[in-house]
Amino acid sequence: MIWNPNKECMSREEMRALQGKRLQKLVNYVYHNVPFYRNKMQAMDLSPEDIRTIDDIVKLPFTTKQDLRDNYPYGLQAAPASEIVRVHASSGTTGNPTIVGYTRKDLAVWSEVMARCLTAYGVTREDTFSVAYGYGLFTGGLGAHYGVENLGATVIPTSTGNTEKHIRLIRDLKVSGIACTPSYALYLAETLEKLGLSKDDLGLRIGAFGAEPWTENMRKEIEERLGLKGYNIYGLSEIMGPGVSYECQEQNGSHICEDHFYPEIINPDTLEQLPYGTQGELVFTTLTKEGMPLLRYRTKDLCTLYNDPCPCGRTAVKMGRIVGRSDDMLIIRGINVFPSQVESVILTMPEFEPQYMLIVDRVNNLDTLQVQVEVRRDFFSDDLGRMLAMKKALADKLKSVLSISADVKLMEPNSIERSQGKGKHVIDKRKLV
Amino acid sequence: MTIKQLSVFLENKTGRINEVTKILGKHGINMHAFSMAETTDFGILRLIVSEVDKAVEILRNENFAVMLTDVVCISCPNVAGSLSAILEKLAEKEIFIEYMYAFADGDKANVVIRPNNIENCLGVLETCACELRKF
Repeated sequence: MIWNPNKECMSREEMRALQGKRLQKLVNYVYHNVPFYRNKMQAMDLSPEDIRTIDDIVKLPFTTKQDLRDNYPYGLQAAPASEIVRVHASSGTTGNPTIVGYTRKDLAVWSEVMARCLTAYGVTREDTFSVAYGYGLFTGGLGAHYGVENLGATVIPTSTGNTEKHIRLIRDLKVSGIACTPSYALYLAETLEKLGLSKDDLGLRIGAFGAEPWTENMRKEIEERLGLKGYNIYGLSEIMGPGVSYECQEQNGSHICEDHFYPEIINPDTLEQLPYGTQGELVFTTLTKEGMPLLRYRTKDLCTLYNDPCPCGRTAVKMGRIVGRSDDMLIIRGINVFPSQVESVILTMPEFEPQYMLIVDRVNNLDTLQVQVEVRRDFFSDDLGRMLAMKKALADKLKSVLSISADVKLMEPNSIERSQGKGKHVIDKRKLV
Repeated sequence: MTIKQLSVFLENKTGRINEVTKILGKHGINMHAFSMAETTDFGILRLIVSEVDKAVEILRNENFAVMLTDVVCISCPNVAGSLSAILEKLAEKEIFIEYMYAFADGDKANVVIRPNNIENCLGVLETCACELRKF
């Protein structure tokens, strides 16, 4: 099934014409409403009239996460405050979160693209769908939620938390679909088995998994243990949230909702646009966004775009799996974590040396983060209670900045390896191959 | 009369205690008593040694986090009930013991005590059937 064949199956020529028209309109809009973009374009001697077709996009300036941070909180917002109806936020690298405001129309586009995804997975109005992404500032929960409602299926807003109760609801309410992180899906399978139940006790048939990197092996394992078919969903809050791209029944790449999010692949060093089929950094332009439209936003995600025709009938360009990052960002339990965030917290606490190491692992299918930090000699105390309080103070601060819990390990002075040149602060033991 | 106890911060790592004992041994420093307080990821090694200032210096040179804490060491008869009598008096005077460790030596039992109030503790101990020890 295809939710919106008019858009999803448009001929390439029509799509490019539509994208060109929307880009023209977008550039005009940001030029007149966002001083940041006007200044950038003027510095490049570029006026909105210079943008006529979608190919002219290469003339436009890029936008980075740093730009969002520098213009915190509303500097890049184009719509007036009176038009903004919702705000989401993702963690920032130095304490400043990224704020994204949505107009009513933005939310309508979001639930439209989410409905496209869910329909591609085979969800219909007859389904009951559990959204087990976190509800709140994170875009996963509410984004998927309104997509399910828009499609007309029944949504169960489970959010994260009580897994046993979740399993009970899946069984008793005959839930047929679930949206969550792939690692949570595996945890769910494990809890199911611990309760002495099996996939046959549940009627799950569709899983929408995303918000963290996963592999074909994980897909196989989840599908076997939960008795469903698992589909990839991709998105990022800066652009919209979940629903930017989605797998169809072919499951060889995720179709991008190109009429709303124009994708490019660039060489992260030269910033030059690369042809389809070449791996590089994924860049998006929000063609129809009103609240916080972005020109050529650098996602730092590394992948490849494909434009070969898809047997499913959709014509939209597909993106391959994210193979890595062009920066040092980690995705832990679906949350973006930068080592520099941890560093900024440690620097505020005189008890610790500015030496640290992040150990990321996956234990029982859930990501774990350990922060090893050296206790400064002068702050060592013979009082065990005081040492434990020091540890807890750091853990609490990290939790508030990172939005995920970290296990703090106090280390002896000089015990963390000093690296030459660029500090190495991460050991990622997760095996994603 | 108080004595200086040496406390050393240690990661929970195989062989780490021996790093300390090896260094002390190499420099001819004798350990009279010690105890280990541990948590899941680190521990505090508490020692009574023969040359405490020298021990601090050499351990600091080896990058250990060390500190000195005032404790009292008492010596009481190594017979049933003798420690209980002392602890009862301390409790009566509301003296809280943060930690303690003990070692018996023939007919004497030695107990290292870290009280919350060392002055008051010494005052109470004067009235008890024990001697304060020095090393």
